[in-house]
Amino acid sequence: MSEPRLLQLQDLRVSFHSRDGVVDAVRGVSFSLGREKLGIVGESGSGKSMTGRALMRLLPSTATMHAKTMRFGEIDLLAASERQMCQVRGRHIAMIMQDPKYSLNPVVTVGKQITETYRRHRRTGGRAARDYAIEMLDAVKIRDPARVFHQYPHEISGGMGQRVMIAMMLAAEPSLLIADEPTSALDVTVRFEILQLLDELIQSRHLGVLFISHDLNLVRRYCDRVLIMYAGQVVEEIEADRLNEATHPYTRGLLDSMPRIHRPRHRLPVLQRDPAWREPLTADER
Amino acid sequence: MAPITRMAAFGRGAIPTSAGLRVGLGRVVSVLFTLLGLLALTFFIGRLLPADPVLAVTGPEVTKATYDRVYLELGLDRSVWQQFLGYIGGVLQGDLGRSTTTGQPVMQDLMRAFPATLELSLAAAIVGSAVGIPLGIAAAVNRGSWIDHIARIIGLAGYSIPIFWMGLMGLFLFYAKLHWVGPSGRVDIFYEGMVPPVTGMMMVDAAIAGDWTVFRSAFAHLILPASVLGYYSTAYISRMTRSFMLEQMTQEYVIAARAKGLSRSAVIWRHAFKNIRVQLLTVVALVFGGLLDGTVLIETVFGWPGVGQYLTRGLQFNDINVVMSTVLMIGVLFLTINVVSDWLYRRLDPRTR
Amino acid sequence: MSVCDTTTPKRPRWRAWLETDTPQSVRQASLQETWRKVLYFRSQPLGMIGLALLLLLLFVVVFAPLLATHNPIAQDLDARLLPPSAQYWLGTDHLGRDVYSRIVYGARTTLRIAVLVAIIVAPLGLVIGATAGYLGGIVDEILMRITDVFLAFPGLILALGFAAALGPGVDNAIIAIALTAWPPIARLARAEALTIRQADYIAAVRLQGASAARIIVRHVMPVCLPSVTVRVTLNMAGVILTAAGLGFLGLGAQPPWPEWGAMVAVGRQFMFDYPWVVAAPGLAIAAISLAFNLLGDALRDTLDPRIG
Ligand SMILES: Nc1ncnc2c1ncn2[C@@H]1O[C@H](COP(=O)(O)OP(=O)(O)O)[C@@H](O)[C@H]1O
Ligand SMILES: [Mg+2]
Repeated sequence: MSEPRLLQLQDLRVSFHSRDGVVDAVRGVSFSLGREKLGIVGESGSGKSMTGRALMRLLPSTATMHAKTMRFGEIDLLAASERQMCQVRGRHIAMIMQDPKYSLNPVVTVGKQITETYRRHRRTGGRAARDYAIEMLDAVKIRDPARVFHQYPHEISGGMGQRVMIAMMLAAEPSLLIADEPTSALDVTVRFEILQLLDELIQSRHLGVLFISHDLNLVRRYCDRVLIMYAGQVVEEIEADRLNEATHPYTRGLLDSMPRIHRPRHRLPVLQRDPAWREPLTADER
Repeated sequence: MAPITRMAAFGRGAIPTSAGLRVGLGRVVSVLFTLLGLLALTFFIGRLLPADPVLAVTGPEVTKATYDRVYLELGLDRSVWQQFLGYIGGVLQGDLGRSTTTGQPVMQDLMRAFPATLELSLAAAIVGSAVGIPLGIAAAVNRGSWIDHIARIIGLAGYSIPIFWMGLMGLFLFYAKLHWVGPSGRVDIFYEGMVPPVTGMMMVDAAIAGDWTVFRSAFAHLILPASVLGYYSTAYISRMTRSFMLEQMTQEYVIAARAKGLSRSAVIWRHAFKNIRVQLLTVVALVFGGLLDGTVLIETVFGWPGVGQYLTRGLQFNDINVVMSTVLMIGVLFLTINVVSDWLYRRLDPRTR
Repeated sequence: MSVCDTTTPKRPRWRAWLETDTPQSVRQASLQETWRKVLYFRSQPLGMIGLALLLLLLFVVVFAPLLATHNPIAQDLDARLLPPSAQYWLGTDHLGRDVYSRIVYGARTTLRIAVLVAIIVAPLGLVIGATAGYLGGIVDEILMRITDVFLAFPGLILALGFAAALGPGVDNAIIAIALTAWPPIARLARAEALTIRQADYIAAVRLQGASAARIIVRHVMPVCLPSVTVRVTLNMAGVILTAAGLGFLGLGAQPPWPEWGAMVAVGRQFMFDYPWVVAAPGLAIAAISLAFNLLGDALRDTLDPRIG
């Protein structure tokens, strides 16, 4: 904790205004992040992705956001112009998205998509960028990178696609990586490989990571610290290896409803939701 | 005009990705069926719908001898099936009968008129794409801004104002009042026939012959009808471009491209636009087909000696043979354009190639 | 036209019932849903303008005899091609007829075409589409092939062919337009029918021994009806323009009866010196098709919030 914090976020709020009223997707999320692995867990719709996207100022155009602080190192992400944000994105903060089938451009070759990131932030010529992209493909353990370089996303498998996504996002050597459910769309068989690859790259490149997932088991094994989100709020923040001591009933519910080998049960309990959890947290609860 | 609402409806929706031989064969069979249907429909309209098909061909004032001749020519002494087979046989040999007004074989007339229509439609499609595509993109990426409103107004006007009326108002303003453009016709009357017809398209022929006076005259005559028709294609193309772009801008890959730090224009042109290029190509092809509809009216307004004017002349003189043959030709043309654009779509999209 | 005046204390009971957060029955909930759509529709100014224009058209049609200042077909050769004035609001045409009165009466022709085409096209498309979608198989294949053939012609061209064969006249024009306007409706109805074909309640009715014809008429067609109605409205602008095009080419109403497209055609030769003869009827056509377009866009936005 002695290292300076990479990211500081205080009281992030994101809402959508539609013709049927206002939806508050994120309601006062705060955390800070060093060169560590911070997990965000919560059920679908709890506001995890919107938190991640808000950090890069990449929210849908229908969304509005507010925060007290949102800093990346020395950069005030709230005050930065769109131009400045373009220099932050990819170069300092990058994001790996869920499904390479949708997050890679279907009509642009793999190689082009990787060189693009590199050339955007390191003004180099085409040849150097090409060599570098092939290096990156190699670094994410793609066999025959020279061939894959010329392929279109639909010509490669989902696991390969996610490797390409990682290569593309790490090409400009960012220091913070937001991984939004990076393995949820993949076959179970390749999930582990991708996680392992990510872990190696995080270690070797000394990255800070915001790891978003709905899978508590995965996050507790993978991350140093965990935020548990419910209905747009962080209901609990805890070290991953102390999760068993969690106090919030929602977290407890999540823990209890997970199958364990050592304590077999006939039926897993169904998580009971308390409307009170939706209430705004008081100052000292935060 | 209405062209455009119908066009999107054509084609059977999603295209299977595995373009195997059987799929190809199925498509050919299906196109042939539609073609047969076109023939059946024009046969039905031309021969079966009128109370007396002979009078429909000859007009009401006719001698007994002519009546009997036409009666036999149409094969009305035979059964309907035999007549239909005869009709198909004729069409396949390029025999569409004679025009009672010009006295020429209809096929020959149509072939002579077609280049004029082609020239006009091409010019209009160029105007429509050159204005409509950038406008649609600008409207989509600045949704709700003034440019979006302008695009919307242009679209609404294009879908609401009768094309023949806009043509007339254009003539009134730009020819009669401002003298910016030429009157009706393809060139000034004294340049008629000055350049040897090579393609049949006046401007192209003038350019080939190197006769720039004729070229300028032809341009002055073409510009207004082409712009009016082009306006309608702009309305359609910009609307389609806008909705394609809007659809792309919410895709995950656009967010990913932005997350890499690409500038707005790079995201728009190198990513989103690249994804709609193929769709746009087919839209332009379809517009080209849809223009056939407006062309009939615009050629009538501007005295443009193309297929459309030939059709309305036929109407005027009750020449049902001319009318139905032209309708058939336009239908075949429209179908061909649809098939070609469908094919282009599958050829050019890397996902289905 | 504010939507959010829900805080006003003196709300009528029926409104309160429609806007409560706790509906008591399924019927109330579904009526509330409809009411929300009505409110949303009302909040779209362009759609309301379109609606207002169409109501104006209706008003003109009903009260044409009162609104017209002259007999629309009475010729007055001494008053030919007069410019707009206090006596002749929109001037006179080449036969000395009052252009304004002709436009007022021409509205009747336009509305008649629009209404009759809708009345023919909706059931025609509905029957063909619902039958194809519900029965499927070879019937579907044949019906959709036929639909494709009709769609393979640009709209006006095919209508022209029919009108030419049937002979000029408003009634024939209506038939011609209807014969070319049904395919998109049929496709839509088919798509809807395909989705409800599998529904449990259809299976239940079938088990009770209902015939296919009965199921189509009593159960499939009613479900398709709302979207078909909307679609017919959406296509009305195209119908108006096709009708005007036919009129312009001399295939619509026959002289001396006023029809806007034909008025433009007749005025053509005098246009350069007497532009009002052409300008006014053209504007009338544009206003009505614009009205249908505005209404259609607003309806689409209301019913399908995804499309923007
Ligand atoms: N484009 C949008 N328009 C309106 N509401 C949205 C939109 N995207 C997300 N939301 C709302 O934001 C909430 C949080 O979404 P998200 O962050 O994607 O959830 P998660 O990633 O945790 O599954 C959702 O419950 C939804 O109500
Ligand atoms: Mg998410």
